[in-house]
Amino acid sequence: MIEVEHVTKRFGATVAVDDVSFTVRPGEVVGFLGPNGAGKTTTMRVITGLMYPQAGTVKVNGKDIWADPVGVRQQLGYLPETTPLYEEMSTLDFLKFVAAVRGIPRRDISRRVDEMVEVCSLQTMAYKDIGELSRGYRQRVGLAQALIHDPPALILDEPTSGLDPTQILEIRKLIRRLGQEKAILFSTHILDEASKTSDRILIISDGKLVGEGNPQQLAAMATGEAVYSLELRGDAEALVSKLPPYFNVTSRQTTPEGASALTLACSEAGDRSEELFDLAVSVGGKLLKLSRQEATLEEVFLRLTKGGEA
Amino acid sequence: MRRMLAIYGKELKLYFDSPIAYIFIVVFLAATSWLFFRTFFLVKVSTMRSFFAIIPWICLFFIPAVSMRLWAEERKTGTNELLMSLPLQEWEVVLGKYFAALTVYIITIALTAPLAVVVGVLGAPDWGVIVGSYLGCLLLGAAVLAIGTFVSSLTTNQIVAFIISVLAVAALIIVGQPLVTLFLQGPLAVLVPYAEWLGMANHFASIARGVIDSRDLVYYLLLAVLPLYLTVKSIQASKVD
Repeated sequence: MIEVEHVTKRFGATVAVDDVSFTVRPGEVVGFLGPNGAGKTTTMRVITGLMYPQAGTVKVNGKDIWADPVGVRQQLGYLPETTPLYEEMSTLDFLKFVAAVRGIPRRDISRRVDEMVEVCSLQTMAYKDIGELSRGYRQRVGLAQALIHDPPALILDEPTSGLDPTQILEIRKLIRRLGQEKAILFSTHILDEASKTSDRILIISDGKLVGEGNPQQLAAMATGEAVYSLELRGDAEALVSKLPPYFNVTSRQTTPEGASALTLACSEAGDRSEELFDLAVSVGGKLLKLSRQEATLEEVFLRLTKGGEA
Repeated sequence: MRRMLAIYGKELKLYFDSPIAYIFIVVFLAATSWLFFRTFFLVKVSTMRSFFAIIPWICLFFIPAVSMRLWAEERKTGTNELLMSLPLQEWEVVLGKYFAALTVYIITIALTAPLAVVVGVLGAPDWGVIVGSYLGCLLLGAAVLAIGTFVSSLTTNQIVAFIISVLAVAALIIVGQPLVTLFLQGPLAVLVPYAEWLGMANHFASIARGVIDSRDLVYYLLLAVLPLYLTVKSIQASKVD
């Protein structure tokens, strides 16, 4: 259980994280979604005790980052964003080192390291120096060190960045499997990934939490919203003036053929295509094209993270 | 304690898995031996005094080269993020790293023992002086290394760490010498005893005479503990701002 309570972190005048609160329960995978520079990594660094916030606190399984930072770190496995590793060490040596620092009893270390090598499919790379490993393997070594002490909570900062599609699928599968019993917080700026992997999504923008819910709930925030694009030959001005108030013209262009291309955002639920068709007829115009598209999770994300511009 | 040992083991491994440690040792031994034997057979006195006289100056460059990577490299490559996410107290990391670097230095110093054997075979040196001088080397190294560790924790650039460490240690070595104290005249003359006390070379020379004075021990202990304490503080402070 990770409890983040009113955390605020400033760097000089910039506010990186602004009064953020949320919890991650055991058996839950929470996707931490936001554009680059939104404050995801800073929040994760605060949770792992790498930096202290100006206000607020974090508790991991009841241990507080202020009162017991070492206790917090014992409960956590952490995969940093760019997977910094000791290049000169071999995979095995590195994992043994982490196991020792993590307080795994000496007689269990090799067994535990072997298990991790197996889980993360590192068998062929065990004796190689980490500096020689490819991005995908480095990421797996990073995961192996985060999992070696079987922590109840995991913090993964962009675990799939820089991986190829097969590796991404593998990592996602691993996260899902681990998430059955552990509390997992993973960050990503890829929406698709968050919606496929997590039970719940937190959307962060400019340091503030702007949305929270499971993928369906977030998508529901968008239902009722649709975008219509149409091409009209005739008096576009008249059509626009006759539009009901729940339509909003977002773009207007003239096509090479001389028709008007309009994009309309509609805030009312239901299919309003017939209404638009009738309207076009009533102003004596001819519809060349009419299509309706419902807002996707993508658009919700864009709207939430851009303060409603999109 | 076990966690500190794990850090110690890791650092030592990094020193000896890469060519760094070997290059340091070879260069140190070559430089000291050459400077020593250049005059040893001409003077025809079985003493290691000329050897120990150059030790502070060799240490001035040698030890910052050992300590410069301790923190700067971790910060540069970002591995300190991984390191600090492990359940460690700051002092455990600081001491683990420090003792690993100190071990490299002690091994190097120990490898100069054949020089003492040569001197012993060729004549009858004062062993008390030699043992005292080795103790002086150890204390001097421990202090210089602590300063280098602190400087390394302030920067992400190893070269910067090296240069600043050399400057800081050079200042400490020369501050007690006539070169500086001669300029402290008039009202500044009251500073002379302080400058002499601060001077690292004076304390080294005093121990190298074979006299173990508690004032020298306190001096070196202070000079080793204070920078390490500041290192811990600087690492803690870097988490707050």
